[in-house]
Amino acid sequence: MAKFRGAIVVDIERCKGCGVCITACPCKVIELAKEVNGKGYNYAFMANPEACIGCASCGITCPDGVIKVYKKAL
Amino acid sequence: MAEITLQDIIQPENLVYEKSKLLTEKPFHYCPGCGHGTVHRIIAEVLEELGVDDRTIGVSPVGCAVMAYDYFDVDFVEAAHGRAPACATGIKRVWPDKVVFSYQGDGDLAAIGTCETIHTCNRGENITMIFVNNGIYGMTGGQMAPTTLVGMKTATTPYGRMPQWPDGTPNNGFPLQITQLLAQLPGTRYVTRQAVFSAAAVRNCKKAIKKAFQNQIENKNGVNFVEIVSNCNSNWKMSAVDANKWLQDNMLPVYPLGDLKDNFELIKK
Ligand SMILES: Cc1ncc(C[n+]2csc(CCOP(=O)(O)OP(=O)(O)O)c2C)c(N)n1
Ligand code: SF4
Ligand code: SF4
Ligand code: SF4
Ligand SMILES: [Mg+2]
Repeated sequence: MAKFRGAIVVDIERCKGCGVCITACPCKVIELAKEVNGKGYNYAFMANPEACIGCASCGITCPDGVIKVYKKAL
Repeated sequence: MAEITLQDIIQPENLVYEKSKLLTEKPFHYCPGCGHGTVHRIIAEVLEELGVDDRTIGVSPVGCAVMAYDYFDVDFVEAAHGRAPACATGIKRVWPDKVVFSYQGDGDLAAIGTCETIHTCNRGENITMIFVNNGIYGMTGGQMAPTTLVGMKTATTPYGRMPQWPDGTPNNGFPLQITQLLAQLPGTRYVTRQAVFSAAAVRNCKKAIKKAFQNQIENKNGVNFVEIVSNCNSNWKMSAVDANKWLQDNMLPVYPLGDLKDNFELIKK
């Protein structure tokens, strides 16, 4: 079993739906929502939250810095 | 053991990444997925970690990053097109204790500003130069830059950049290897080429940018120059994800990543 669980919080209104975080995630956690934010972008969300290990790859590659990453030891 | 919930994980004590406090709350005006944002984030993190934000002065370019001053909570000057390193020179000479950096695109640094770029590097000014190379004039709608790849279609090379006509007479010229050129000058201390298309690239890039600032803080002379091979998905006319892939397949063979010079010594490949 994984030693860590992670979670991300996306600032939905500032996300531009570029998908860069999806490519960056090694665990296929993130997808773009079918719904759009106030700017009309399909925003990123945790489609597969149990898979997140809190590695922060998404956070450090998001060009707009809209992802906060949390990590908890089990 | 009770099942762990998202609520348990999303707690302040478990926070491992958020954007630097040195970035203002203003959302970047950059296109979705544009590397300019990532480079801004890295610079802010480095300045915050080095604790020099209260004595840093940035110089922004003309190009998509013209309004970089809006995004950093540090002092800034906006230079005329291509003149950022000249401006940075003046600031650093008047205030040697300030941490001074220029931030430029390839049109700004390697076209209109070539003169200022070369002479600043040749004088060995004690500054940090950040160079975002996306191979195109992003801001003005995607015209050819000196750094545009051979065969690359732009607004001004609709059939692709062609260095020479088929009969050998000159046409659009060759991709300008400005970073290699600057590494040859005795005034450059640290010259490196980085990228931000993946988490690994971002980590390396951050190390390089940190070193480029630390060098400036610890020394009296020598330009610390960081090129970032970046994307312009809007003018390359592809999605951000495709642009990052295209960059790896096409830009990196021409502009390979890694250090070119360290501590005034060229790195032998
Ligand atoms: C003196 C002058 N000449 C031309 C322009 C038009 N202009 C604005 S930005 C730019 C090029 C920007 O390209 P680059 O430096 O690569 O920045 P990018 O937008 O790609 O980041 C040009 C030619 C100008 N603003 N001022
Ligand atoms: S990288 Fe950032 S802006 Fe792009 S989709 Fe992911 S969270 Fe949104
Ligand atoms: S923290 Fe790591 S595992 Fe979790 S979503 Fe981000 S990239 Fe994926
Ligand atoms: S035009 Fe190109 S360089 Fe400018 S913000 Fe858009 S993607 Fe970035
Ligand atoms: Mg450019």
